[in-house]
Amino acid sequence: MEGFINLAYIVASILFIFGIKMLGSAATARRGNLISSLGMLLAVVVTLLNRQVITSYTLIAGGLALGALIGFVAAKRVQMTGMPELVALFNGFGGLASLLVGWAEFTRAQNLQWAEASFPNPSFTAFVIVLAILIGGITFTGSLVAYLKLSGKVSGKPTNFPGQNAFNAVLFLALLGMGIFLAMSYDNGAALTLFYTIMGIALLLGVLGVIPIGGGDMPVVISFLNSCSGLAAAAAGFVILNNVLIVAGCLVGASGLILTVIMCKAMNRTLGNVFFSGFGGASTKGGSKVEGEMKAITIEDAYYVLEAAKSVVVVPGYGMAVAQAQHAVKELGEILEDNGAEIRYAIHPVAGRMPGHMNVLLAEADVPYEQLCEMDAVNPLMQTVDVAIVIGANDVVNPAAAEDESSAIYGMPIINVHEAKTVFALKRGQGAGFSGLVNALFFRPNCRMLYGDAKATVSSLVTQFDD
Amino acid sequence: MEALILLLFIFVLAAFLGFELIAKVPSQLHTPLMSGSNAISGITIVGALLASGSTESGPFAQWLGFAALVLASINVVGGYLVTDRMLGMFKKKDQPK
Repeated sequence: MEGFINLAYIVASILFIFGIKMLGSAATARRGNLISSLGMLLAVVVTLLNRQVITSYTLIAGGLALGALIGFVAAKRVQMTGMPELVALFNGFGGLASLLVGWAEFTRAQNLQWAEASFPNPSFTAFVIVLAILIGGITFTGSLVAYLKLSGKVSGKPTNFPGQNAFNAVLFLALLGMGIFLAMSYDNGAALTLFYTIMGIALLLGVLGVIPIGGGDMPVVISFLNSCSGLAAAAAGFVILNNVLIVAGCLVGASGLILTVIMCKAMNRTLGNVFFSGFGGASTKGGSKVEGEMKAITIEDAYYVLEAAKSVVVVPGYGMAVAQAQHAVKELGEILEDNGAEIRYAIHPVAGRMPGHMNVLLAEADVPYEQLCEMDAVNPLMQTVDVAIVIGANDVVNPAAAEDESSAIYGMPIINVHEAKTVFALKRGQGAGFSGLVNALFFRPNCRMLYGDAKATVSSLVTQFDD
Repeated sequence: MEALILLLFIFVLAAFLGFELIAKVPSQLHTPLMSGSNAISGITIVGALLASGSTESGPFAQWLGFAALVLASINVVGGYLVTDRMLGMFKKKDQPK
């Protein structure tokens, strides 16, 4: 029986590999997701057949039913605009589950007094339990903080205190030291106390690690935490010596890390910089003084300009998600198209609060696939564009990133809307973006501001066309 | 000990495989890829099943396993469904208006 179970785990691992591979291409992505879910189903079913370990199905039935129900309802009811926080929350649950698996195994080991028959390598087991607790704990509380920030329940601004990085580094090293100590003295009377201390610090570290990161850096944080939840599962796999956990967890860990690096590159920053600089929020350091003034335009005047435009580029940002303006934006896009204009949506890799955030929202609103352009495809055409409409995006269109060497975001690739003939910037107020920087774009002579709620503004433009 | 080395071996190979698999992914797929792989990380459900079903570990460990099982099933079921919902929206665009 054990041989059969392990063979089935290999099949499940293969299904995961194909699933991830197919998720990487638009044509096969949905089937890929289905295939990987079949792998998961297979892994769960054959595990249930393991009568050597599983002696009672009461808790299992209850737990599976409860979890599946909650997951089902959450997935069906979530609004597309709430997607980043839901993914963060799911991710945190995965991390906490791995932590609990490690905790349960530690309890079992203590109950069995680390009996040789069940624990041939007690030091190794103790150490990987610590890893599962450590990574799982950081993933859990880190994702929870990310969830709170994304859903606006706490401020998205970074929270800093003096010596923060040093303090976190000391905590982390202390954790590793305690983990090694626990691995050597697992049967010591104080082992349980040490174990709980490690768990407490890991949970604390997750909070401390994410609070200094600003909302603008959330795409990086979310994909990094996603990678961590995979590694936590892999660590749990080492704890119970199970190969499917190791393979699947490690695949997620590695692919999540790649995505994280892609996000960092899109902001021209390193991972260390994102985690330890506390930028992406309040720092206003550097940057030359911006000259000129911000000029507002009325809806009516904006309508006349748009009416004459032959080529329009829409640059959406987090503001579009907040205002839930994607449907109105799509409506405006269709009207402009009927009016004879060519319309494109230019999407910056880190626009929004999670990787690919804008793509999801515009897809929800049924914006045609061909109209979505990546940054590199649209930038060379920018000089031929009559009107660029910036909807709630800020740092990703700040020309200071290209031109002002003293700017904090200098070197970050941007969408060059300032090269378009006219720029309309939809904005709620005169405040700065998430990076806290003043946007030089808004002071350009070719830029006009449309103040107000993005959805209301776009809707009234649509009404103008209708009249 | 040899069994451990073998597991480490698997771990390292899986890491390289993971890096190779998604070296180039179009940006519109970043969100589904992330939430899809997030669902896969719910594989820890296997550990949760074993922990909550094993009576030899004592009731406390079993209840820990139960909590892990609830959380992991939320992660798995919710993660796959949400990913499927998102990808379903992407698909619609291929059809003519």
